[in-house]
Amino acid sequence: MEADMDAIRVENLTKRFEDVTAVNEVSFSVSQGELFGLLGPNGAGKTTTINMLSTLLKPTSGFAEVAGFEVTKNRDKVRKSIGVVFQEPALDGKLTGRENLEFHSMMYGLNRDDRRRRVDDVLKLVELTDKASVLVEKYSGGMKRRLEIARGLIHWPKVLFLDEPTLGLDAQTRRHIWDYVKKLNKDNNVSIILTTHYMEEADFLCDRIAIMDYGKFVALDTPSKLKDVLGGDVVCLEVEGDPEPLLREFKSLDWIKKVSRQEESLHLTMEKGERRIPELITIAQQLGITVSCVHLRKPSLEDVFLHFTGRTIREQEAGLNERNRMGMMAHGRR
Amino acid sequence: MVSWTAVYVLWLREMKRYARAKSRIIGSLMQPLFFLAFLGLGFNRMAVPGVQSGVSYIHFLVPGIIGMTLLFSSSMQGLSVLWDREFGFLKEIMVAPVSRVSIVLGRITGGTTTTMIQGVLVLLISMVMGFRLGSFHFFFLGLVFMVLIAFTFIGFGLIFASKMKDMQGFGIIINFIIFPLFFLSGALYPLKNLPLAIRVLSYADPLTYGIDGLRGCFINVASLPIALNLLIMAAFALIMLFLGTYFFEKSESV
Repeated sequence: MEADMDAIRVENLTKRFEDVTAVNEVSFSVSQGELFGLLGPNGAGKTTTINMLSTLLKPTSGFAEVAGFEVTKNRDKVRKSIGVVFQEPALDGKLTGRENLEFHSMMYGLNRDDRRRRVDDVLKLVELTDKASVLVEKYSGGMKRRLEIARGLIHWPKVLFLDEPTLGLDAQTRRHIWDYVKKLNKDNNVSIILTTHYMEEADFLCDRIAIMDYGKFVALDTPSKLKDVLGGDVVCLEVEGDPEPLLREFKSLDWIKKVSRQEESLHLTMEKGERRIPELITIAQQLGITVSCVHLRKPSLEDVFLHFTGRTIREQEAGLNERNRMGMMAHGRR
Repeated sequence: MVSWTAVYVLWLREMKRYARAKSRIIGSLMQPLFFLAFLGLGFNRMAVPGVQSGVSYIHFLVPGIIGMTLLFSSSMQGLSVLWDREFGFLKEIMVAPVSRVSIVLGRITGGTTTTMIQGVLVLLISMVMGFRLGSFHFFFLGLVFMVLIAFTFIGFGLIFASKMKDMQGFGIIINFIIFPLFFLSGALYPLKNLPLAIRVLSYADPLTYGIDGLRGCFINVASLPIALNLLIMAAFALIMLFLGTYFFEKSESV
């Protein structure tokens, strides 16, 4: 196998469900050993993308290749080359941890010796050896996730898909899983595609991140380059009363690169934000506007998301729910 | 094309789940047991019209109740794809690099095994209650009938499971399809007692031939020749298995 071959190559991939286009003409490639993140709110099309790449859904149009095999033509070869950890647990609760792993290794055609060795190896990797003979229905959420990650690795996949691997887990377990993912990626040179709607997760783990919104990629780069796009720190000012005069004043200053308003608070982008705060407050006082709260944020992916989509990821989700409700009402009227 | 390891491991999973669900086994034996006890013992002293003279009602009833057990157990097995979808495990099965035919075969072998265990258990219980087999060598042909009934309704369950996205239609299938199939099959009384219009429906019900075949094998009393029953049952089993496999292969797994 060529060393520089891409683990994943996707061109104009599209999936339409009846009247919704879940994934719209997406193109990207992931190199072998890369940790690639798909970041976006619920309903952005991340899971649909993963389902297409893992052969569970047929693309409507476009081209996708995983580990050198086309996902529509060489399904079984693709399936052999990938490990998948789905968003919702896909374990059999009536089997023990070890039995779930054995089931998997037999489905993937491992021989008896490999089977025993690999199951032991991956159990040790995720520190579940002493829970191996407990029924999975008695596992905690974090243990289930670890077992699934272990299972995804048994058959030496070239590409591992992790769909929201830490959704619904507590902060400590999440940290734990992050460490595993990093370690896996380093030690085994396995390419990892991870979807998440947690900014800090994408930031901490990924070599490159694609920001996805309404089925399209709105940006794709390394986390630090994405943050550079913003051009500096963000200072947020919350004011009492009408912020409009202040907004106008800030817009006229050339050291403030960008001004935006989110209800009562103003978001200002500038270099060395901490040194500018006193000046900002003085300006506000001159205009007779009281500043009730100030905070400074070094650029985060949250801001990057805001920059590219015009919304924060939380608003985005609220908006999406709103849209769904509206859609349903429209249906109801018909 | 067919991965026998995959068929085996899917079968093994079914066996493990079955062996661990003690309450499920007991629960699913209770229903046929109640039918046998209350209908069988209750009607035993009465002459049910249409039952051949010299055959006690409980002897007439047992093959019917075995048929009922097989019907319920095997359609549940076919529909168990829905549970796997609900609990997410179906995805784990579907992303595995094995042909879809192997997956269906694994389900059918697993489902048939558990269904046969249920059927034989009901037969044993009824023998404790006084049922006696007619002749010993026909007993094995009876087992063949039982397997064919299991195949037919597993295929039938698979068709529905492939067409449904969630568990919502489940109750409808049980009440509007499985129960009518049971009552139409002549499991509880001779079909001669039914009005003609309903009898026509009965002859479209695969279970009718399965139960008549079982009566022929177990108590030497049947309204159709055993060979004819066998032929029709085999045809139903083949068609249903084929359709079940076809629809399962076509269904999207997420």
